Amino acid sequence: MITFEGAAKHYPDGTVAVADLDLTVETGRTTVFVGPSGSGKTTSLRMINRMVEPTRGTVRIDGVDIRDRDPALLRRGIGYVIQQAGLFPHRTVLDNIATVPLLVGTSRRAARARAAELMELVGLDPAMGRRWPHQLSGGQQQRVGVARALAADPPVLLMDEPFSAVDPVVRAGLQDELLRLQQELHKTVVFVTHDIDEAVRLGDRIAVFRPGGELAQYDTPERLLTTPVDGFVESFVGHDRGVRRLSFFPARTLPLRDDVVFEDDLKVEDVRHIAAEHPWLLVVDTDRTPLGWISERSLVGVPSGIRLSELDTVPYGHTFTAETDSLRAALDAAVLSPAGRAVGVDGDGRVLGVVSQDELGAALWSVAE
Amino acid sequence: MSAGVWDWSQGVWDWAAANWYFPQEPGRGIRPRLVEHIRLAYASIAIGLALAIPLGLACVRWKVLYPPLLTGVNVLYAVPSIALFFLLLPYTGFSDWTAILPLALYTLVILLPNVVDGLNQVPDHVRQAAVAMGFGPLRRLVRVETPVAVPVIIAGLRVASVATISMVSVASLVGLGGLGRLILSDGFRRQFDAPIVVGVVLVVLLAFATDALLVLAQRLLTPWARRDRRRGGPRRRRRAAVSPVGAPALESTAVAPPGKG
Repeated sequence: MITFEGAAKHYPDGTVAVADLDLTVETGRTTVFVGPSGSGKTTSLRMINRMVEPTRGTVRIDGVDIRDRDPALLRRGIGYVIQQAGLFPHRTVLDNIATVPLLVGTSRRAARARAAELMELVGLDPAMGRRWPHQLSGGQQQRVGVARALAADPPVLLMDEPFSAVDPVVRAGLQDELLRLQQELHKTVVFVTHDIDEAVRLGDRIAVFRPGGELAQYDTPERLLTTPVDGFVESFVGHDRGVRRLSFFPARTLPLRDDVVFEDDLKVEDVRHIAAEHPWLLVVDTDRTPLGWISERSLVGVPSGIRLSELDTVPYGHTFTAETDSLRAALDAAVLSPAGRAVGVDGDGRVLGVVSQDELGAALWSVAE
Repeated sequence: MSAGVWDWSQGVWDWAAANWYFPQEPGRGIRPRLVEHIRLAYASIAIGLALAIPLGLACVRWKVLYPPLLTGVNVLYAVPSIALFFLLLPYTGFSDWTAILPLALYTLVILLPNVVDGLNQVPDHVRQAAVAMGFGPLRRLVRVETPVAVPVIIAGLRVASVATISMVSVASLVGLGGLGRLILSDGFRRQFDAPIVVGVVLVVLLAFATDALLVLAQRLLTPWARRDRRRGGPRRRRRAAVSPVGAPALESTAVAPPGKG
């Protein structure tokens, strides 16, 4: 547990980087500090490893005032990841990762073995260990940065905008990786970002900072999106927070109907009576892999005896996984589907059923209460 | 015409072959001059580097030191070398030190800014990462910042060594000067151009060889510093004679006044 008790940072020129911060970071969870530039989020983060000393107040880790600890020793027990990875250009990838173990006196052999394990943990090929940092892509460098921060197995991990210098696709991959790692490792992660989406995605708790270094709101992501405390937080989380909040509701509550799902070896006359009531039918193959939509109108004039597989279908867009996806994913699938209906599948991609925008609307309405 | 050039070079070559080495008189001939030249130049460069590194580290650690120190070495560089040689003569006599001390001090005008620039161009995020991982100030300097500065330091060393090798010749005025003595005493006194040509050619060759050695040293010491830093660029192994970070360090080495002497 990391506690800020009235921690403040005032600079001699009168600038207030952080105004009296009172906040508790829970052990084993991910806490995100988010806010615009100049809101003191990075300064607050750096108070934890004494890279910034508060001018007033105290920071404690598990009850111990960090000013009682030697800064260098304190830092060896706290992992740190920064935006440009900060890898040492003159050391190989493997030795970069082994930095802290070597610093605390682990033998070179053991430190390198540990580094190789960590490379696999963060999704890097251990064969890359002998390369120099400049031979890696930005995303790979960042993975090395994370592995290096984890090398001495510190209980606390500080991450200062670690993914903001990579492109969106790579960033999403790194975020997934962090979520997966955190499920395995349960570190106390403090993560700084200016991107509210990243905060909502990664955080168990989110602290929103406002310019002037004040803490505006400290809450779970869901409550932050539902009940922002004031206009600043509301505008910061964005005006589409309603849609974004749907990420917190599971899609498995949606009623999936499979009476409009037909295998492609059926004949046209078998489905005509259903099409009379339902304008769109989903065609699947015998494994229940979706093939596409057919509309009621496209059946008009088609002679009997023709199989569904011989008809032209309308692409089904993308599906949502009923068990693990959120209402947001289901809504997205419905909005992008030409039929206005979302296709729900199981973990293996087999169709469980479809949900129309009406039914989706009812579900959205119920969670908006 | 071409026959004249041919005869002339044949004459120079014959003179060099005839005067290369006299086993009965080990102090005479071209070879001892070459050995002396190497000794004086290399000792000066080594001592200069040994001074520049601690001074540079101190200037980075205590920034106020740098401007006065830099001004100091610049002023010193402005003092003609002949003057310094003669000023030292009463104290060091005709020992090597008379040449080495001034030449070592002159290298500082190139090496000191290079050491300082080299240390200052260590990217801030690298420094921050070192701090955050629990490197103390001294350990950070020795284990992170100095190694990262090596390419820039070697770039300075290349300029300084060529300049020094050329300047050693001037010390022939006080009876030292290696190959310079061929040029001065044998050449000018006798109104005979073969010694001058041989002296100049050997000085140039020595400068080339030294430069090549330094490039080799750089490749061995800093295999991580390649010009192909950009991703996607060609991965050819090219020599990185300059700082991996860019040109700023080179600019400061390029200001070394030419033709010192």
